[in-house]
Amino acid sequence: MSAVPTPQPTPQGGNHLPEPTELTPRDAGHWAKQVTRLRLGEVPPEALNLNVTGKRVVGPIQGFGKLWQKTYRVELRDVDVTPAEVIATWKERFGSFWPPIGRFYGPLTSIAPGDVALLNLSPGGGMKLSTGILVLYADEESFTFMNPEGHMFAGWITFSAGQGDGGGTVAQAQVLVRANDPLYELAMPLALQRMEDRFWRQTLTNLARHLGVAAPVVTTTVVCVDRRRQWRNAGNVWHNAGIRSVLHALGTPLRSLRPGRGRPARGGPDPADGPGARG
Amino acid sequence: MNQEDLTMAVRAVSDRVSVLDIHGDVTAASEHALSDAYAKASTPTTKAIVLNFTALEYMNSGGIGMLVTLLVRAKRQRQKLLAYGINQHYRQIFELTRLDEAIGIHDTETAALAAADAH
Repeated sequence: MSAVPTPQPTPQGGNHLPEPTELTPRDAGHWAKQVTRLRLGEVPPEALNLNVTGKRVVGPIQGFGKLWQKTYRVELRDVDVTPAEVIATWKERFGSFWPPIGRFYGPLTSIAPGDVALLNLSPGGGMKLSTGILVLYADEESFTFMNPEGHMFAGWITFSAGQGDGGGTVAQAQVLVRANDPLYELAMPLALQRMEDRFWRQTLTNLARHLGVAAPVVTTTVVCVDRRRQWRNAGNVWHNAGIRSVLHALGTPLRSLRPGRGRPARGGPDPADGPGARG
Repeated sequence: MNQEDLTMAVRAVSDRVSVLDIHGDVTAASEHALSDAYAKASTPTTKAIVLNFTALEYMNSGGIGMLVTLLVRAKRQRQKLLAYGINQHYRQIFELTRLDEAIGIHDTETAALAAADAH
């Protein structure tokens, strides 16, 4: 699974402008290569593969709702583990720490910059929502995901570990996101905020337990960074992964009636996913 | 990563425009340094803040988050945020994270100041 790199421009000769330093920066290997649209590789047959391939990533600038920064933090008390060891474990077994409502179909070994993963979420009511993430950044002590168009949130989430105030190691998940469109924004106070809080608190609890913490305590800090909604991005609703997942589910019986088709492939090409979409 | 890995200088080039010279690493630990520098740079008459990245040495995803926060603060004050001195590597990161859609990127200080004064 990978992101589609954008062709690099040919270096131009004779540039008289003062060039910033072109030495390889220390962070060069930690960032995903530049991508235009996401491309998802093979996924297990049971996975619902929608709303990832062909999508662009979206950050807080492209989102719609209020901008939130939420920090979920757990102290790894009485456990002798370094921040780098925490992150290595987290990368290797990322999906296994998720609560049952989410499935993470990512790389089999670890998490690396540029990886694209499929997410299947079951928020309730029998609904299954398919979306994904791009691994935007990864180093020894942190990694960051950025979301595609149609995801509930526009922005990124950073998983990190470091030294806590008490000298022990702490693990943290920090989101910086806006709801992606007006429908998601409407759902934020009703369900999305709570669902997200529960999700990451449970994930950190599972991680801490795996690392040997007997009774993990997860703290949550919430800051509204920007109360203004970005109405110019209201049209993001076109990509809404929830709506598209529901429409796909409703269309399943019809697709199975098509001549020459056996069992419909889950997550067949989504016309709106663009030319890069696959089934 | 310590806050000491970042130093910032503030230059008021006019009543309307201030330049923040960034030296070192921009990470989540840069929050106070960036915030303090912005507070010095922003006056009631400031219409644009220009970030000079010529001496940027390192930036992680936490640093990108700090720039988003700075952008929100500037927008709240109806100020433009511009940048120059960004090498190819960081320019790609601005494009990847789509920050370039909100922060005007220029090759030189002269070009950034011209854009800052354009409106």
